[in-house]
Amino acid sequence: MKMLTTKFFATVGLGTALLLGGCEMPRPESTQWGYRGTGMEGLYNTDRLVDLAENNVLPEVQPAIPPEAAAASPKAKDVYQNVQVLGDVSLPEFTRLMVAITEWVSPEEGCNYCHAPGESLASDTLYTKKVARVMIQMTQNANENWDAHVGGAGVTCYTCHRGKNVPEYVWNINPGHQVASGMKNQMQNVSSVAAGLSSLPVDPFTPFLLDDRNGRYAGDTALRNEAGVSLKEAEWGYSLMMHFSNALGVNCTYCHNSRAFAAWDESSSSRVRAWHGIQMVQEMNNEYVDPTTQWLPSHRLGVLDDAQKVNCETCHQGAYKPLLGANMIKNYPNLAQLAKAEAPMEPSTDDTPMGDSDSSMDDGSMGGGNR
Amino acid sequence: MIEYQNIFTTVQVSAPDYAGVPVENTHDDRTGVLTHSYLMGKLGDAQIGPIYLGPLGVAALFTGTIAFLIIGMNMFASVNWDPIEFVRQLFWLALEPPGPQYGLSFPPLNDGGWWLIAGAFLTTSILLWWWRTFSLANNYGMGNQMAWAFAAAIWLYLVLGFIRPILMGSWSEAVPFGIFPHLDWTAAFSLRYGNLFYNPFHMWSIFFLYGSAVLFAMHGATILATSRYGADREIDQITDRGTAAERGALFWRWTMGFNASMESIHKWAWWFGVLTCVTGGIGILLTGTVVENWYLWGMKHGLVPTYPMIGEAVVDPLLTEGAQ
Repeated sequence: MKMLTTKFFATVGLGTALLLGGCEMPRPESTQWGYRGTGMEGLYNTDRLVDLAENNVLPEVQPAIPPEAAAASPKAKDVYQNVQVLGDVSLPEFTRLMVAITEWVSPEEGCNYCHAPGESLASDTLYTKKVARVMIQMTQNANENWDAHVGGAGVTCYTCHRGKNVPEYVWNINPGHQVASGMKNQMQNVSSVAAGLSSLPVDPFTPFLLDDRNGRYAGDTALRNEAGVSLKEAEWGYSLMMHFSNALGVNCTYCHNSRAFAAWDESSSSRVRAWHGIQMVQEMNNEYVDPTTQWLPSHRLGVLDDAQKVNCETCHQGAYKPLLGANMIKNYPNLAQLAKAEAPMEPSTDDTPMGDSDSSMDDGSMGGGNR
Repeated sequence: MIEYQNIFTTVQVSAPDYAGVPVENTHDDRTGVLTHSYLMGKLGDAQIGPIYLGPLGVAALFTGTIAFLIIGMNMFASVNWDPIEFVRQLFWLALEPPGPQYGLSFPPLNDGGWWLIAGAFLTTSILLWWWRTFSLANNYGMGNQMAWAFAAAIWLYLVLGFIRPILMGSWSEAVPFGIFPHLDWTAAFSLRYGNLFYNPFHMWSIFFLYGSAVLFAMHGATILATSRYGADREIDQITDRGTAAERGALFWRWTMGFNASMESIHKWAWWFGVLTCVTGGIGILLTGTVVENWYLWGMKHGLVPTYPMIGEAVVDPLLTEGAQ
């Protein structure tokens, strides 16, 4: 009897050890990025690192045009009609960029994806061509004005598209799941894909990446503060953070010291970069993506007839830096800055290209998701 | 010799039907079928029933059932009466308290009103059940330790869902009824109020909670280990300390220099259990009402250790860049 009991406990003990030990095989690799004891470190499953590397292979760079050849060539706008955003690019560079974009965005459909077959190259018949124009401007704007987020690597069409017509990870305004008539949809308390299958709010994108909702919910004084926001606000910001974590394949401590999530002086510099990312994505969605809604075909619109928008995952796709931080923009300098403001159709010729930047200064003390 | 132990032996205590001692000051209206269960006999007493329900028990079950149904029907409606989604998403579903715009007023039924009603019924049910615990113990001539321990748990429950929301001036501060939603709420609560781990009363609560588990295991192990000397007759051993009590005491004195007595260990356990809820309730009550951010509060009072930062100093971009 005693022998049996000993064997029983030995078996259970061994089984438990195997079960628990087998949870993470092979052993994850850890990277420390904060002071010891603060838990600011990343854990990486080596299997998934292999997948990550395979998912972030760079396309071949188009052969460079010798500078002297480019200088001697006419500009694109002198040869082609209706070149609104790349007109000042030399003809060979222009052609090279078109080939690259085709490879990045429509490798199967080719030129005809944007240029209607049988029509002049100048024709804007296809909506895809108009989208491409806006997207080129968006890319140029990101590279020129958002160094604080994309600096060091830059973005090209490939950063998001990866050979697909529409980037794999985009979002539409979520109308919420179906509730019984008479019920009010709380926009949470169902499995939230955006928030890592938690029961947190299902659409953190609309308030924070399209609208200007305040994302700073933690109290900023030691003692009672009447100006503090509702506890419910925390669940919205929390939901967005779950998206950040999923999109970048990192845990909270990539940016935060978990003992004081709100404290900037406890955070890593990645948090500042991410903060600028929120502002950048807000601008992308409002200044570039949203205006296309009026002429996009209905099959490119969401349930609420809105264009497919950008979030962190659109570029990051599970990597802490898109394409693991590879610098592609150095090979395509024509995407690195906006064309000079002379074309009439540029969206950034608006008087206040950054939207309501003046009014948002007023609530600057509160504005987390704000500019 | 066959000895009586639960779980660890195959011995079943099989006895004739026993309706229980007659009790003064109460109507002898125990109800329910009296049966015997072999499986229950593995865990404890093999006899099931009869049960005394009484008016308080009936009222508690009735109001509790209403609360349960309100919560369940709201969850069901939140998936548009789809039974498959109801089962699939059950752990995610919730009856959410009203939004902050309603303050302490009574909101529309579909936007927090049902939450208030469900809470009122659930609270009524719990309080009736407490009263029942209290009066039944009195009827049987027992002490009221059970009722006061239960009251400690009710204190924590009321702080979370009733007292603190009222002090904060908004029902929106209360906990949703739901499995995952209340867990997300808990995490959000700590994020909103600056890390509950720096709340000293939260620390006490954790101390007593973990302490309860340790005491529970230590006491159970001690009694089982010395039951061959009669330790399972704990009450006898309190007044007439036998070899079981001696050996158990000696073991702990030799192991850690101190031993509880056969009686005091039960007081230890009772207070640890009760104080888990009492201190936890105080900690929640102070959060938001007095302390806005426990981390900053901890900084202010030298509770938070400072660590050197690695890499560049990080500053709030809103301060350095203004309105970008």
